[in-house]
Amino acid sequence: MVSGNFSKKFKFLEEIAIADVAFEAYGTTEMELFENAALAVEETMVNTAGINPKVKKEIEIEADELDKLLFDFLSELVYYKDAEALLFSKFKVNVGKNAKYKLMAEVSGEPFDSSKHELRNDIKAITWHMFKVEQTAKGWKCLIIVDV
Amino acid sequence: MPDDHAAEFAKPPMKKISDVCWEIDTSFKEGMRVPARIYAMKKLLDEMDVGVFEQITNVACLPGIQKHAICMPDGHWGYGFPIGGVAAFDTKTGVISPGGIGFDINCGMRLLRTNLTVDDVRPKLKELVDTLFKAVPAGVGARGAIKLTRAQLRAIMLNGSKWAVENGYGWSEDLDHTEDYGLIKGADPEKVSDKAQTRGIEQLGTLGSGNHYLEIQYVERIFDEELAKKWGIHQPGQICVMFHCGSRGFGHQVATDYLNTFGDAMKRYGISVRDRELACAPFSSKEGQDYFHAMACAANGAFANRQAIASMTRKCFEKVFGRSAEDLDMAQIYDVAHNIAKVEQHEIDGHFKDVVMHRKGATRCFGPHRPELPAVYQPTGQPVIIGGSMETGSFLLVGTEKAMTETFGSTMHGSGRTMSRTKAKHIVRGSELQQQMQKHGIYVRSVSMSGLAEEAGLAYKNLNDVVETMEIAGVSRKVCSLKPLGNIKG
Repeated sequence: MVSGNFSKKFKFLEEIAIADVAFEAYGTTEMELFENAALAVEETMVNTAGINPKVKKEIEIEADELDKLLFDFLSELVYYKDAEALLFSKFKVNVGKNAKYKLMAEVSGEPFDSSKHELRNDIKAITWHMFKVEQTAKGWKCLIIVDV
Repeated sequence: MPDDHAAEFAKPPMKKISDVCWEIDTSFKEGMRVPARIYAMKKLLDEMDVGVFEQITNVACLPGIQKHAICMPDGHWGYGFPIGGVAAFDTKTGVISPGGIGFDINCGMRLLRTNLTVDDVRPKLKELVDTLFKAVPAGVGARGAIKLTRAQLRAIMLNGSKWAVENGYGWSEDLDHTEDYGLIKGADPEKVSDKAQTRGIEQLGTLGSGNHYLEIQYVERIFDEELAKKWGIHQPGQICVMFHCGSRGFGHQVATDYLNTFGDAMKRYGISVRDRELACAPFSSKEGQDYFHAMACAANGAFANRQAIASMTRKCFEKVFGRSAEDLDMAQIYDVAHNIAKVEQHEIDGHFKDVVMHRKGATRCFGPHRPELPAVYQPTGQPVIIGGSMETGSFLLVGTEKAMTETFGSTMHGSGRTMSRTKAKHIVRGSELQQQMQKHGIYVRSVSMSGLAEEAGLAYKNLNDVVETMEIAGVSRKVCSLKPLGNIKG
C-alpha cells in the first residue's frame, strides 16, 4: 500500500484513473481528513486560491459507516456546483458518532465565474471505485476517484 | 511502482475466436455465468489495461446475462463495468445496473452536415469558433441561456428531443435522424429526485467538460461513396459539425441516487457483487423499474440538450455566413447514445427474446431492416458516429447485419484513453498544445487550459486501430473519416 505523505493535504495520483481523476487525502484527525478531501474535490474543479470564501453553507449528514459519511459529504459539494454554481475553498468539519456517524460542516466559497476563476474539470460524481478510508499509525488517509 | 495502486490482477488466459476477438472462459472466475469476449486486434489487446479483464468477467457474473459479456476495442476500466462494456440481461430473470450505463446517462454524439467546404470556412474559422464558444456554454457547472420552469423540465423528461423541436430548437426532421427519435419510452418524472432536477434545470444547451466538445470538421476520406452520397456526404473537404455531450448534472445525480438505492436493494434480493460500483437490482423489481424510468428521464434530457446545441450551432453558422441553415444544408446525419440501457429484441439460441441491453461507452450499430430504424436508414443500416481525440480525427460508420449476431448490434464509441488526465497534463501544457494545433490549422477554444492538455492525442489509443478492429470483425464499416478544423471544449 501507499506510504502516506502526511505533510501534504492531498495528492493527485497519475497511475490509476485513466479517464478520470484520483487523489489521496490525509489528516491527523477524521475532521482534517474530511476537510482535505473536500479541498481536493474543489481543486479538481478550480484553483481554490482564487475562490473567495464569502458565501457560507451548512451541511449535515448522517450515515451508518464513516466511508459513506465522507462519500455523501463530497457528493454534496458536487451538488452545490451545479445547483447553485458554488465552488468552495474553506471547510470546517465536525464528525461525531452516537448510534450513527454524524457530520456537521460549514463550507465557504463563491459562485464561479469563468472570466475570473481558473476552472478545471467538471466533476460528474464521486465514485465507490477503490474508495478507501483508513487509519494508519501516522493518521487518517483516503483514496478517492471522481468521475469527470 | 508509481502510486502503488495499479495492477493487482494478471491478464486471464484467452481463447482466440478470430484475429480480433478473444474469449475468456467461465472457468476463469467463480460465478461467471457466460464467457467474456474482448474485441481487439492483437496490438490493442496487449496494450489493454488489466482492469478491463477483471471488470468484464465481473459483468459475466451478473444474474440473467445472455450469451457473452462483451468489451469493445476502445475499452478501459470504468466503474463496475469497463468503458466499452456491452451486456444483455433477460428482462424476467436479469438485472439492470447503473454501472453498466455510466454516470453520464445518454452521453452521445451528434453529427450535422453542411454544404460548405474547407475553403469557405478557413477564412472565417476564428470568427465561427469564437461565436460557437460564446453561444454554447462549456466547462465546470456551465449554465445555459435557456431558462426552464419545473413544468418545462418535466415536459423534457417525458418528450426529449420532441420538446426541443416543438419549442423552436431544431427541425422536425432531426427527430427521424436521432436514435429512438430522441425519446426513450417509459420516462416517469416521479422517479427523479428533487436534487437531480435542481442540478439540471439551468443546464439545457451546455456542453460540460472532460472529453466533451463541439468540433468543426472536414471530410478527410470517403470509404463508401454510394452510401456517403445517400447520407449527404459528397466530397472530401466538406464541412460537418460533430459534438459530444450528455445529460449533465441531471443525469449524474440520477445515477448517484440509484447507486445508493441499489446498494440496499441488493441485500434484500440476495445479490452479491464483486464491486460496489456494480450495484444492480432485478429489472422486474420495484427498484429496477424505478431506475429504468428515471434513467429514461435523464436520457430524454440528454437528447433535448443535444437538440438545443444543434439549434444553437445552426444559428451561429447563419450569423457568420449570412445564409440560412436550410440554405447551408445543415441537416442532421444522426445522433447516437453511447451510455444507455434499453429493452431490445435479440436472437438468442434461435429465438427472439426481450433483453435489457446495457451499452456503456459502446454505440448501437444496427444493420439494415431493424424496426427501430427510421425509413431512411432501413435499407442501409444506421449511421454510427465515432469521436476521436482532437488531434487524430473521427469516423462515420454504418452498422451491419453481422453486428446483430456478434455483438447485439453494438460497436465502439471512441478511441479510448491510455493515459490518466493527471499524467497527461504533466507531459503536455494546454497553451503549447493550443499553439501546436494552431500550426496544424486547428483553432481551439477551451474554458480550461489544463483540461485541454488532458485531452491531448498522446493520451488516447490510435483510433484507426480501434475502428479497423470492428471493420475486420464485420460489425461496423467505415463510411468516411473526418478531421478537425476548429474545436470548443470545457
